[in-house]
Amino acid sequence: MSTVRTPSGDRLGRLLNLVPYLLARPGILISEAAADLGVTDKQLREDLELLWVCGLPGYGPGDLIDMAIDGDHVTISHDAGMDKPLRLNPDEALALVVALRMLAETPGIDTRDAIERALAKIESAAGDLADAPVAVRLPANQKKLAAVRAAVDSGHALRLTYYTAARDETTDRVIDPMRMLMVGGFNYLEAWCRRAEATRMFRIDRIDGFTELDEPSAPPVEAVPHDVTGGVFRPGPELPLVTLRVGRGGRWITEYYPVEEVVKDSAEWLVTMRVTDLGWAQRFLTGQGRDVTVIGPPELLDRIRAQAATALDQYAAPTGLGADPVAGR
Amino acid sequence: MSRTRTERLVNLVICLLSTRRFLTAAQIAATVPGYEHDPSDPRDHEAFQRKFERDKAELRDLGVPLETGTASIFDQEPGYRIAQREYALPDILLEPDEAAAVGIAARLWQHAGLAAAASSGLAKLRAAGVEVDPQATLGVEPVVTVDPAFGPLTSAARERRAVTFKYRVPEVDEPSTRRLEPWGVVCWRGRWYVVGHDRDRAATRCFRLSRIVGDVRATGRGDAFEPPAGADLISHVARSSGPIARNGRATVTVRHGRAAGLRRLAADITPGPDGDRLTIVYGDADWLASRIAGYGPDARADGPPELRDAVIQHLKELITRHEIPAVTA
Repeated sequence: MSTVRTPSGDRLGRLLNLVPYLLARPGILISEAAADLGVTDKQLREDLELLWVCGLPGYGPGDLIDMAIDGDHVTISHDAGMDKPLRLNPDEALALVVALRMLAETPGIDTRDAIERALAKIESAAGDLADAPVAVRLPANQKKLAAVRAAVDSGHALRLTYYTAARDETTDRVIDPMRMLMVGGFNYLEAWCRRAEATRMFRIDRIDGFTELDEPSAPPVEAVPHDVTGGVFRPGPELPLVTLRVGRGGRWITEYYPVEEVVKDSAEWLVTMRVTDLGWAQRFLTGQGRDVTVIGPPELLDRIRAQAATALDQYAAPTGLGADPVAGR
Repeated sequence: MSRTRTERLVNLVICLLSTRRFLTAAQIAATVPGYEHDPSDPRDHEAFQRKFERDKAELRDLGVPLETGTASIFDQEPGYRIAQREYALPDILLEPDEAAAVGIAARLWQHAGLAAAASSGLAKLRAAGVEVDPQATLGVEPVVTVDPAFGPLTSAARERRAVTFKYRVPEVDEPSTRRLEPWGVVCWRGRWYVVGHDRDRAATRCFRLSRIVGDVRATGRGDAFEPPAGADLISHVARSSGPIARNGRATVTVRHGRAAGLRRLAADITPGPDGDRLTIVYGDADWLASRIAGYGPDARADGPPELRDAVIQHLKELITRHEIPAVTA
């Protein structure tokens, strides 16, 4: 954000917070307060020692901040006028208000009412700063999302009809739901997939149908949620590399898909990306029209030509789709 | 910051909070421990002034509202004080479910600066007596990422300062320099945009934050413009990526059990002897044709003729563009 706080500036901010924090919690355990404030017990004790010698002008016994430390507990007995925390600064107000707006907009959350109330109170506490110039609108098929959410909340395993773009197929599978989340504007259901025997992320808009089973959702111990901070699809080095030339109209691909390398030395960019499946690469890349030309690997080029040639044959023949499956499928 | 400096600053805050009169630098030096010096020694006095300037800057940086004024009209020298009502966070009472929502909101940010701002804001709420359950969760958790331009653009929008930045659309090679009066930042379908008045185009424009190259620079003074009253920022973004008219009706035959992606576009599916007959409502024939071509022999465009011809053309081009170049000696 606009200012980067130094650790020392952080300490001053922490100290100004500490007196009201303790004032609101007489007799709190020092270790509990330290954990709450994100510092070590030792740091907190040092902070308390420092505050002890601070106070009102005069700096006599009745002027200094006073506290009773009883073993591991602390109680403020004189606050020297520091009974309130400093108000929110613009960055803090923005971070909290926008995050709450984001939560309020997140489809499928049934505590929206509490979020809206919290937002109103934070906005009122932030005063002028609450007028954060940030608006949020997230996409959703609310009905479908609410239905999936209700099914997940039921705690049952689900039979899912799901469209897998990588293989261009719609299949049925039984899953044990784990959590729902939203990443990059898409809603996902993360679940243990009994068919793949692995944790999978299912995009809600690709769930074509589901039924609740009688048995409970029981993800096995090895079902670990994905770390999605770097995006949902993070291709590993084991996946095949595909190289393409993209014209202006196809450059958006480099914004939407993780790419390994982009060489921009002419109007046509040279893009290298990893794909989960060459079949997907063929469908997706040849489906982009003139703006995308595949350069490698050679087997992908062979496949593209063979498929296109067979496809052309169906327009030469008067009726019927070619009956023979094509090699390389 | 040394312990002595931190101690001095805490005492300075307490002193200025406790006074109603504006205190001059000399009065502060005579009161607050740590400012002792000999005012008649020019070098000593200058050292004090530098120290005091640094301390004031540190407090303002932290968001402490330092007021400047004179105690009476006869005073020449400016004095300082901190108004309690400007300093203190207004009383805020959050119900447990509201506090839980704020706690969850503060964890959403994946951006280091915003995450730090959210957690220091939360620390202030805790200091005001709010109890936040760190374990609370919601059914759906949005993962919020922002682009680097987010901080500078929201600051500029709040201060109503114009900005300039370099902007690159994928279709154009060279980034162009844009001058914008930013009204606000919008999250639309998981992507961030800034909306405002483009000074060069003399019109309302939105820009995608991920396409901004390099730094955003605020120019000129604050309050330089007034966003239109009641401007609905989201509608500006939504309009420029709104739905397109779909007036065409295509008939496409796909093999049994294949082309699941095309089936999902279909308004109607009728089983036939040589495959399933899909009816697809479309806006751009060439767009649909390139996608059909991507499905190779799994799909055949039966009509209208403009679509059929476009698919044939795409398939022919796919073959010529994907010939493996002869190896040159």
